[in-house]
Amino acid sequence: MEKFERLISTAVPLPTENIDTDQIIPARFLKATDKQGFGDNVFKDWRYHKDGSINTDFVLNNSHYSGSVLVAGNNFGCGSSREHAAWALAGYGFKVVISSFFADIFKGNALNNGILPIQVSEDCLRTLLQLITENPNTKIDIDLENQVLQVVGKVIVEKFEIDTYKKVCLLNGYDDIDYLVSNQDKIVAYEQEHQF
Amino acid sequence: MGQTLFDKVWDKHVVDTIKDGPQIIYIDKHLIHEVTSPQAFNELTQRNIPIFRPQQIVATADHNTPTIDQHLPVKDALSRNQLKQLTENCKNNNIELYGLGHEYNGIVHVIGPELGITQPGMTIVCGDSHTSTHGAFGTIAFGIGTSQVAQVFASQCLLMNKPKKLRVNVNGKLRKGVLSKDVILYIIAKLGTNSGTGYFCEYAGNVFEEMSMEGRMTVCNMSIEMGARGGMIAPDETTYEYIKGRKFAPKNDDFDKKIAYWNTLKTDEDAVFDLEYSFDATDIEPMITYGTNPGMGIKISEAIPSLNDASFEKSLAYMNFEKGEKLLNKPINYVFIGSCTNSRIEDFRIAANYVNGRQKASNVNAWLVPGSQQVAKQIVEEGLDIIFATAGFKLRQPGCSACLAMNDDKIPEGEYCVSTSNRNFEGRQGQGARTILASPLVAAATAVAGKIVNVLEETSTLELV
Repeated sequence: MEKFERLISTAVPLPTENIDTDQIIPARFLKATDKQGFGDNVFKDWRYHKDGSINTDFVLNNSHYSGSVLVAGNNFGCGSSREHAAWALAGYGFKVVISSFFADIFKGNALNNGILPIQVSEDCLRTLLQLITENPNTKIDIDLENQVLQVVGKVIVEKFEIDTYKKVCLLNGYDDIDYLVSNQDKIVAYEQEHQF
Repeated sequence: MGQTLFDKVWDKHVVDTIKDGPQIIYIDKHLIHEVTSPQAFNELTQRNIPIFRPQQIVATADHNTPTIDQHLPVKDALSRNQLKQLTENCKNNNIELYGLGHEYNGIVHVIGPELGITQPGMTIVCGDSHTSTHGAFGTIAFGIGTSQVAQVFASQCLLMNKPKKLRVNVNGKLRKGVLSKDVILYIIAKLGTNSGTGYFCEYAGNVFEEMSMEGRMTVCNMSIEMGARGGMIAPDETTYEYIKGRKFAPKNDDFDKKIAYWNTLKTDEDAVFDLEYSFDATDIEPMITYGTNPGMGIKISEAIPSLNDASFEKSLAYMNFEKGEKLLNKPINYVFIGSCTNSRIEDFRIAANYVNGRQKASNVNAWLVPGSQQVAKQIVEEGLDIIFATAGFKLRQPGCSACLAMNDDKIPEGEYCVSTSNRNFEGRQGQGARTILASPLVAAATAVAGKIVNVLEETSTLELV
């Protein structure tokens, strides 16, 4: 996994609430057996009409908005456990998703793929969405080391929470497999004690 | 302070605790399927890590399989390749696979319990969010992402922070015609789709105690639809009776010893939950959803609420419904009875009982998809197939089917489908398809009437529940 570096980027506003993983990556694209190419199909049915024409109303098709930060409505990533949703967001180029609430499995999947989910207050989310919508050049500065989110040139500073272990993983590019495999002696001892 | 059922099972599976960090949790059973496992197998191969405990893994093909002509080669090349990879991965790693055509093949959350793989007090994971189903047995069972599938492959463990504890109590007498599906749709409609996020939920009260195992599985299955990673119901005599004699169930003395342990898996009276809700069973009616998440549910006789909210309005626009509209008598052309929520024998008994002596409406395409080969076999043994055929219904072969429409079982754009599945998200059953979640009884009644009808008003439902 790549190390998560400090990030200063413009952002894409997507205020819809309860965005489920079926919207992030529809099930018909889950037939691949590798992790490549999902970015092309992220939010497929919101980006394109059924006849293949572009839905110009959708924010990802609005050339004013770009960047590696997605700012989304409450309860982002609910529904299916498909990690393909995280692969699709990463494949498209998103490194951070900001919302006022994340579904549990998505949050874990994002972290396991080097995407930082940042939970902010409802007020902060509303302010961010408004600033970005009004001025697409608004830049957001994300400092994981100090767990601080700032809007560049504004007084908006938000501290965010992250599990200490996961923070170390992201900053160093570690993943859980290495850690678990290095603990196999403890796991074997557990199995013997519990007679598996 | 006393312990909850969840505490008791969780604490027994802690291998180690990282200071200021997560715990290493041991996983007893790992269920896998064709869609969320290939990248995990690749990961281990690339890193040259062997599968740590292949004998604790069981595989099935379900998400991406056809539900007709399963004896023929799968037409879609990508699907065929995905199934082939599962077969090869299982063969190369000595993993038991109940693939397409196998007598034990079926939806992962149907076959685990019916083969006796799922047992109380276990930890079970699968790369599928509806793994919560297995919690009906007093099991800690939850869905995981593919990175975590790889972690369990490599170590039979996961790194987890212990979730908070939630209890939902439902007491009182359910009205006739109100099924377990209505109970869980009611709970989610009351609490919302993210009320359970960060929690593991225990369902308690006489309503769940009196439910069959099939009913309990339907309830626990949809825990994730309120955001809870898993749901649990304390094991009891109903649980033991269900498990007894199943293929992988403990036998003879072992079974008795297990029961002695399973009997300890109950929440202590003085245990404390982080959050608790209580509902009155008599308030529950047959439920249907009107929007694009499972929390957007109403009693079948009620009108759609009127909220001024952009996401709510986007949802109604997708469904082509109006605020304040009632859905009774709404014409429906598609009905789906199936999915890991409602594809067990009890669900088909309920549907068959209703359609017996009636005829499917001519405008309705009804897809009846058993959850497994074993369920399909039992449908025939009980003669339900004849009842369905006489009433104009055709049974398909087992699989996830139109629940997520990965295979060819897709609802056409703009059409409504009354479905016994678990998600009514935009496009879930096909691009532009509009899903209305309901119980198997409401689905069967819709198929007969060709429109949404209130089963509570029909005396014939009295014999059903």
